[in-house]
Amino acid sequence: MQMIDSLAEVRAEIGKCMKCGNCQSVCPIYQETRHETGVARGKITLVEAFLSGELALTEKLENLLSLCLVCKSCVINCPCGVKLDKIVLGARAEIAKRKGLPLIKKAIFGTMKRPRYMDFGLKLGSRFQGLVFRRHEDREANYPRFSIGMSLRRIIPPLAVLPFRQVVPERLVVQKPRLKVAFFTGCAINYLYPDIGISTVNVLTRNNIEVIIPKAQHCCGTPVLAHGDVSTARQMAVSNLIILKSLEVDAIVTSCASCGGALKHEYGELLSDRSQKKLALEIGARVYDINEFLTEVAGFEKPKGDVPLRVTYHDPCHMVKVQQVTEPPRQVLRSIPGLEFVEMAKPDRCCGNGGSFSLQYYDLSMDITGKKMNDIKNTGTDLIVTSCPGCRMQLEDGANRYGLPHRVVHTVQLLDQAYRNHKQTDK
Amino acid sequence: MVSPNIISELRAQLGKDNVLTSPEELIVYSYDASAAAPKGRPDVVITPSTRDQVACIVKLCAKYNVPIYPRGSGTNLSGGTIPLKGGIVMSTLNMNKIIDLDYENLTATLQPGVIIQTLNDAVAAAGLIYPPDPGTVSTATMGGAVAECAGGLRGLKYGVTKHYVMGLEVVLANGEVIRVGGKTVKNVTGYDLTQLFTGSEGTLGIITEIIVKLIPAPEHHISMMAAFNDLDRAARTISDIIKNRVIPATLEIMDNTTIRTVEEFKKVGLPVEAEAVLLIEVDGIKEVVEREARVVMDICRANEVDKITVAKDDQERFRLWEARRAALPALSRVKPTTILEDATVPRSRIPDMIRAIRKIAEKYDLVIGTFGHAGDGNLHPTIVTDASDKEEMARVERAVNEIFEAALGLGGTLSGEHGIGTAKAKFLEKEFGSEGLAVMKRIKDALDPNGILNPGKIFVSLGESKNADD
Ligand SMILES: Cc1cc2nc3c(=O)[nH]c(=O)nc-3n(C[C@H](O)[C@H](O)[C@H](O)COP(=O)(O)OP(=O)(O)OC[C@H]3O[C@@H](n4cnc5c(N)ncnc54)[C@H](O)[C@@H]3O)c2cc1C
Ligand code: SF4
Ligand code: SF4
Repeated sequence: MQMIDSLAEVRAEIGKCMKCGNCQSVCPIYQETRHETGVARGKITLVEAFLSGELALTEKLENLLSLCLVCKSCVINCPCGVKLDKIVLGARAEIAKRKGLPLIKKAIFGTMKRPRYMDFGLKLGSRFQGLVFRRHEDREANYPRFSIGMSLRRIIPPLAVLPFRQVVPERLVVQKPRLKVAFFTGCAINYLYPDIGISTVNVLTRNNIEVIIPKAQHCCGTPVLAHGDVSTARQMAVSNLIILKSLEVDAIVTSCASCGGALKHEYGELLSDRSQKKLALEIGARVYDINEFLTEVAGFEKPKGDVPLRVTYHDPCHMVKVQQVTEPPRQVLRSIPGLEFVEMAKPDRCCGNGGSFSLQYYDLSMDITGKKMNDIKNTGTDLIVTSCPGCRMQLEDGANRYGLPHRVVHTVQLLDQAYRNHKQTDK
Repeated sequence: MVSPNIISELRAQLGKDNVLTSPEELIVYSYDASAAAPKGRPDVVITPSTRDQVACIVKLCAKYNVPIYPRGSGTNLSGGTIPLKGGIVMSTLNMNKIIDLDYENLTATLQPGVIIQTLNDAVAAAGLIYPPDPGTVSTATMGGAVAECAGGLRGLKYGVTKHYVMGLEVVLANGEVIRVGGKTVKNVTGYDLTQLFTGSEGTLGIITEIIVKLIPAPEHHISMMAAFNDLDRAARTISDIIKNRVIPATLEIMDNTTIRTVEEFKKVGLPVEAEAVLLIEVDGIKEVVEREARVVMDICRANEVDKITVAKDDQERFRLWEARRAALPALSRVKPTTILEDATVPRSRIPDMIRAIRKIAEKYDLVIGTFGHAGDGNLHPTIVTDASDKEEMARVERAVNEIFEAALGLGGTLSGEHGIGTAKAKFLEKEFGSEGLAVMKRIKDALDPNGILNPGKIFVSLGESKNADD
């Protein structure tokens, strides 16, 4: 049994580390900074010294502990199975407990707890974002006009005029459905990339699958947990679980790697109450990434329309290292006629996003993205495909920054395109 | 110990980003991969990127008599990088340039912070390899490997680091820079200082450039696993293979304790009843490799092997080696503290050594798993224990003593590849005698009279004790 805010559990995890240093070979942060503070072994030492009182709670310590993408590259590579994510998140939770959350974070997370207010807040944001952002000439993206705590060079997608969940009906009925699924959208698709949501729904209904998109669903909780706000994350988890449990569906589908990881695995570890934990495990077992669902559960219809592009695929950390899903998105891509798929070197190298990490440490995060961009450039492709809106955001920003012509899409968007291209030739 | 004006001089030389002084940044340089070694926090950590910066800083250290500890990736197992006496830890990780790849002379010239695997990746396209492959190829630096004279799995056929180091550039304790050796295969001009600095564990000078030899990559590999229910038959197999003029690239052994622990941890299908498992890989030209693999199998059968498996493809080969790679991690999960020893004996004495270790484990009631590089006699008896259990640690200490005595008694050595550092310093005299030790101390004293280079490692030098008296 693991609990994120149980210090005994954190200490037990720390005790497993034999200081071999193997994590150095995979940690994206360490590879940029080459400082022992960046790598798992160093962070473990910092947390150990913090918990024992050897190190005081300083701003420096807090900064060093936020210098982690929680990408779990170290976890899957660790010979001793040390769950660094548990240690770092546990330490952040302890810090939040001792210090209280900074006011601004509290306000944001407080709103995230209540999806209706969040819609409102972000919708206002969307109407007025022209004031804050100037449009990037070429891309479907914005540069911040003045500093709002983000680096000025950063490009981020425009907020959707209307959140995805307000555009689509709560239930998409098909005739004689083969299967019935719930679509857990997550925030990034809802507010930033409704196009991924729309393609997900198109692909599912095209395959004769009924889709329910519960309106009351929350943020999955990953961002709040990353800042140590365990109790808000728990509330979000429980609320999502109760909603999902109330639905009569064959499966729950996500198109966001981080949401998928949270629903499948992390809720079970986050929740301490026995019955809640049990519920988390029950629901978690029925959650699928969209690629995984299409290939392994639904047996999707092979598209007949051409998508004549050369593409490469980036493996999101939360897909490979949390959900262990690598083949399904590739199968989806290979099923598309006319599409040429080229593997990049190290497709599972972290893109550098790490949620709010990229906001706090923009330059470092972009250095990590630079390595990725170099690998992508070497493929000679036209388009980057991935399976997570967070990675998409980072990769779009990186392509812009490093002068690559590539756009970035989700696998379902290409599959959707292939289905539609066929329909068009039909007519 | 390091005064504020030294720190401002360091900042002036290196820029403030390369001089770390906060407790958070220092505490993570108080350890390396050695389990039970004493720890010590440095006063400053610096990250220079050029030889001239290193020379400048060593001069500063010499002037103010400040200890300086070179550090690569901190993966050594003998406490070699630990700043026992405060002072400056100098990380080489920003000196990570490959300076030159010379495919005509088959050499590579590198800064010391280059990771071993990075070198291998860089020369792979040219069909070349740098063979010494410690378990840490993808983390350890070339500087650390040279300073430890690291070995690895392929030592039997390809030798160890010292067989590949052709030349070095070294910053001496007074800040002077010397270059020794070079790109020529033959070189008998003067004393072989290249070999002196190789394996010197950062105590004689700071390595700032390395020239190594590269060799053509073997085109084909075959891996096999042979399980024996009797230790002697396994041991006879090892010597028979070599007697029959087959030199495998790797010839590894795991004892019963290790087999059981690995199987419990990883379920790779190891025979848990076996007394010993041998993992064997032959490599080279395809036809030769196939013939050698047949010879190896025949020898195993002649020694009544209980089970033999040959990897059919790369995936199976990977799985076989996974068992070996899991040995240390698996053992380390049994208890909180893992003490990895490195006693090495002549190949023919391996069964005696394994038996001796087993007796010692029984005598002191300890769990000791033994695995290692059987082909070159380099065993890793691994004691799993709990550092907080004082009574057990006392037994561990006596057991370690006896393990060394057993190895020396069988004509072996204290350390095959992990070095002396702090962990084995007190045993050195046993192997060398007081005269041998005195020669080493005189060499150290000649090169580093004030004992500022990595003090406390290998032995306490004359300069250091003088310093301590002041
Ligand atoms: C899991 C595991 C498996 C291992 N397997 C093997 C193995 O199979 N074979 C083997 O031989 N070793 C092995 N080791 C030990 C270790 O990896 C090697 O000793 C390695 O060479 C150390 O390299 P490093 O860069 O980490 O050096 P560090 O640990 O940083 O330093 C090692 C020593 O070198 C000195 N040093 C570093 N850089 C310089 C420099 N530029 N100039 C002068 N001195 C310097 C340091 O002061 C220190 O004394 C293993 C270790 C681990 C944790
Ligand atoms: S790889 Fe795992 S055991 Fe090794 S130092 Fe990193 S966290 Fe510790
Ligand atoms: S989770 Fe990722 S960023 Fe954090 S320490 Fe591990 S490898 Fe590094």
